[in-house]
Amino acid sequence: MNDSAPYTDAGLSEALGRIAPFPKRHFLSVLDLNEVEVANLLDLADRFVSLNRQTSKKLDLLAGRTLMNLFFENSTRTQSSFELAGKRLGADVVNMSPRSSSIAKGETLIDTAVTLNAMQPDLLVVRHASSGAAALLAHKVTCSVINAGDGQHEHPTQALLDALSMRRAFGRIAGLKVAICGDVLHSRVARSNVAMLQMLGAEVRLVGPATLMPAQAERWGAAVHYDMRSGIAGCDVVMMLRLQLERMDGVMAPSQREYFRYFGLDREKLAFADPGVRVMHPGPMNRGVEIDSDVADDLSISLIQDQVEMGVASRMAVLATLAQRLDNA
Amino acid sequence: MAATLFRNVRLVDPASGYDGLGALLVEGGMIARVVRGGETIAAPEGCEVIDGGGKLLLPGLIDLRVKTGEPGSEPKETLKSASRAAAAGGVTSIVVQPDTNPVVDDPSVVDFILRRARDIELVHVYAAGAATKGAQGQRMAEIGLMAEAGCVYITDADHPIVDSKVLQRVFNYAKGFDVLVAHRPADPWLSKGAAATSGEFAGRMGLPSVPAIAEKIMLERDLALAEVTGARLLVDQITTAGALESFKRARDRGVRAVATTSINHLSFNEIDIGDYRTFCKVDPPLRSEDDRQAVIEAVASGLIEIVVSAHDPAPAEDKRLPYDEATPGAVGLETLLPALLAFHHEGRIPLIDLIRTVTSAPADLLRLPAGRLAEGAPADLVLCDPNAPVLIDAAKLASKSKNSPFDGRRLQGKVLRTLVDGRTVFQAG
Repeated sequence: MNDSAPYTDAGLSEALGRIAPFPKRHFLSVLDLNEVEVANLLDLADRFVSLNRQTSKKLDLLAGRTLMNLFFENSTRTQSSFELAGKRLGADVVNMSPRSSSIAKGETLIDTAVTLNAMQPDLLVVRHASSGAAALLAHKVTCSVINAGDGQHEHPTQALLDALSMRRAFGRIAGLKVAICGDVLHSRVARSNVAMLQMLGAEVRLVGPATLMPAQAERWGAAVHYDMRSGIAGCDVVMMLRLQLERMDGVMAPSQREYFRYFGLDREKLAFADPGVRVMHPGPMNRGVEIDSDVADDLSISLIQDQVEMGVASRMAVLATLAQRLDNA
Repeated sequence: MAATLFRNVRLVDPASGYDGLGALLVEGGMIARVVRGGETIAAPEGCEVIDGGGKLLLPGLIDLRVKTGEPGSEPKETLKSASRAAAAGGVTSIVVQPDTNPVVDDPSVVDFILRRARDIELVHVYAAGAATKGAQGQRMAEIGLMAEAGCVYITDADHPIVDSKVLQRVFNYAKGFDVLVAHRPADPWLSKGAAATSGEFAGRMGLPSVPAIAEKIMLERDLALAEVTGARLLVDQITTAGALESFKRARDRGVRAVATTSINHLSFNEIDIGDYRTFCKVDPPLRSEDDRQAVIEAVASGLIEIVVSAHDPAPAEDKRLPYDEATPGAVGLETLLPALLAFHHEGRIPLIDLIRTVTSAPADLLRLPAGRLAEGAPADLVLCDPNAPVLIDAAKLASKSKNSPFDGRRLQGKVLRTLVDGRTVFQAG
C-alpha cells in the first residue's frame, strides 16, 4: 500500500457527498438536536473512525476554511481533538488562548468575539468557564460557533463522542442502563449526556453524594441515587465524572478517602453492575479517588481510550456537517 | 449469665403504652418474658428473684447528650467515671459528644471511644461524631466513615455552624447516608460573651446577656434548611417559648425534626442563678419562668419528645470564678431521673409520658433496640422507688466533677438497681 496516496473509501466519499442537511448554524447544545440529526452525526463519525485509523488521514473537505479554537479555559485534550479534527478535514487551524494573548486585556467577551470575527474565521470552537458564554458569542459573530464546554452547562461534542463509544460497544443505545456518577452538580458532561442519552432511549441514573447533586435533579427524568451500589445495580454503562480535588477536602465531600470508599469506582462496587458493564470517564482521571486504576486500565471493561479516539471522529463529523451550511460552501 | 426475675413490680413501658403491675424475666442478657397484671412467672432454677414491692421497673434511660473529658480532659471526667454516674442514675445508654480533644471528627476517634467503653463494661456508650472538621463549622468531617465506625449522629455540639452554606452541605451529605444531624440553635453573634438571658434579672445583676430570640433566629434557619434538603434534624435543646412556636409551625408543615430540651431548663429559671451561683451557669443560659413553663408544656404535649441531662462536667477551678468567667455546664446523669419525676409528683405530666422522653423516644430516634420492656429487647432496666425522698449532695456524686445545680435540692425518686444487658451495674447501698 502506498502511504502517500490519498485515502480512498468509496463509502466515505459517498457519505461525504450526501451529508444530511443540518439546518443550524451553530452547535451549542444537545437540546438543539433531534434524534435523526444525532443518528446522522454518529453514522458520519463512524466513517471518520475508519479514516483516522489509516496512514493517510487527510481530506480536503474544509480546504480554505479557518477553524479558530478559542479556549478561555485550559484543556489540552479537547483543544487538540478539535485541532486534529479541523486539520484532518483540511481546514487551517488557529489556537487562541485569550489569557496569554493581548486580545483579552480588559476586553469583554463580546469585544473579543467581534475582534475575532473580523478575522473571518469560518468555525469558532469556544470553551469558557461561564455557562451560556458560547451562546452569547454565537449572537455576535457571523461564523459557526461550536460549544466546547460552557461552564457547568453543556459539552455537546462530549455527549456525541460518548454516544458513539457506547453505540460501537453495544451496537445500540436504546434500552441501555447508564449510571452517571460523581460530581453531577458541576458537570457539563453530565448535563449534555443526560439530554443525549434520554433522547436516544437509554435509561439514565444519577449517582453521587447529595452535596454534588443539583437541586431537583430527580426532575431531569433520571433516577437519583446517593448510594453507589444501588445506583449502578444492573447498569450496562458506568460513566464516572471528574471531581476536582479541592472540592473533596471537606467542601463538597469530607475527604478523598471517604469519597473513594463510597463513590470511587472499584471492582467491588462494579460487581453490582451488569456482567457486561463498560466503564467511561471523560478525563482527566483522578486515579484512586473517583476511579481505581485496576478498573480504568482494564481494556475489557474500560472504554476510556475509545472515548478519546471517538472524540476526534465525532468532532470531524460536527465540523463537516456544519460546513455544509457555510456561505459559498 | 444468671437469670433475674422481677416480681410484683410496676412496669412502665412507653413503647407499648403499658403502665401497671407485672413481672419480668431476664435471661441471657435479654428480656425473656414480660407478664402483665397479677400473673407471675415461675422462677427458673438458679434464678435471682427480686420482689419489687410495687416499685417501678423502667427501661434503662437513654441520654442523648453527655460530655466527658475523654479524650483530652480526663481530670474533669473519664468515660469510666461518666459510666459509673450513668449507672447510678439509672441511665443505661449515653451518647458522648464529639467536642473533646482531639475532636471526634475521624473514624479512628469514634473507634477509640467505643473500644474504651467496651473495656469499661458498664453502660452502653455511643459516640456522636462532629459534623465539621475540628467542630470549626467550616469543612465537613468524614460523616460516612464515622457512621460506618458506629457514630449514632453528627453534631458540632455547643458550636452552631454559622455558615449556612456549610450547614446546607452537611444536611445534604448526611441525608445521602441517612445520618441524623443535631444542631444547636443559637445565633452566634447575639450569644457572644453572654452569661445569662437578657431581661430584668440579668439587667439588675449586670450580667452580659443574650436575648431569648437568639434561639428562635437560628432555629428558623435550621428548620428551613432541613426542610429544603430533606435532612433528619435533631434540634439540640429548645429552651424558649419563641423557638417552640417556630418548631411547632415547622412540625405542622411536616419537617423531619425532633427536639430535645435539658433537665436543667425544665427545673430551673434565671432566678436560680441567685447570688451568682456558677453551678447554674449552663449553655444555653437559664431562661425566664415563662420560657420554662412553655418548655414544660411542650414536653407534656409531646412537641418536645426527648429530655437530655446535658451532662457537662466542669471541675471546681473552672466554676470558682466570677460568673461571666466561669465555664458553663452542669453534671446531670445522676439527677436526671428524680428531677424528671418531679413533674409526675406535681401532677403536671403523666409518668409514662415523662419516661418516654428518656427511653423509647430517644431509642426510636437512634433506632436502638433498647428503651422498651419487650421480649427480645436488651435487658437494660432500672428498678426505682419513685417516692423515696432524696437530698442531692454534690459531694457524693459518682462524677469526677461535682458541678450540680441540684446540690442541696430535695427530690423524690431513688434508683435501687440498674441492669445493663442483664448485668447489675449499680445497686443502692
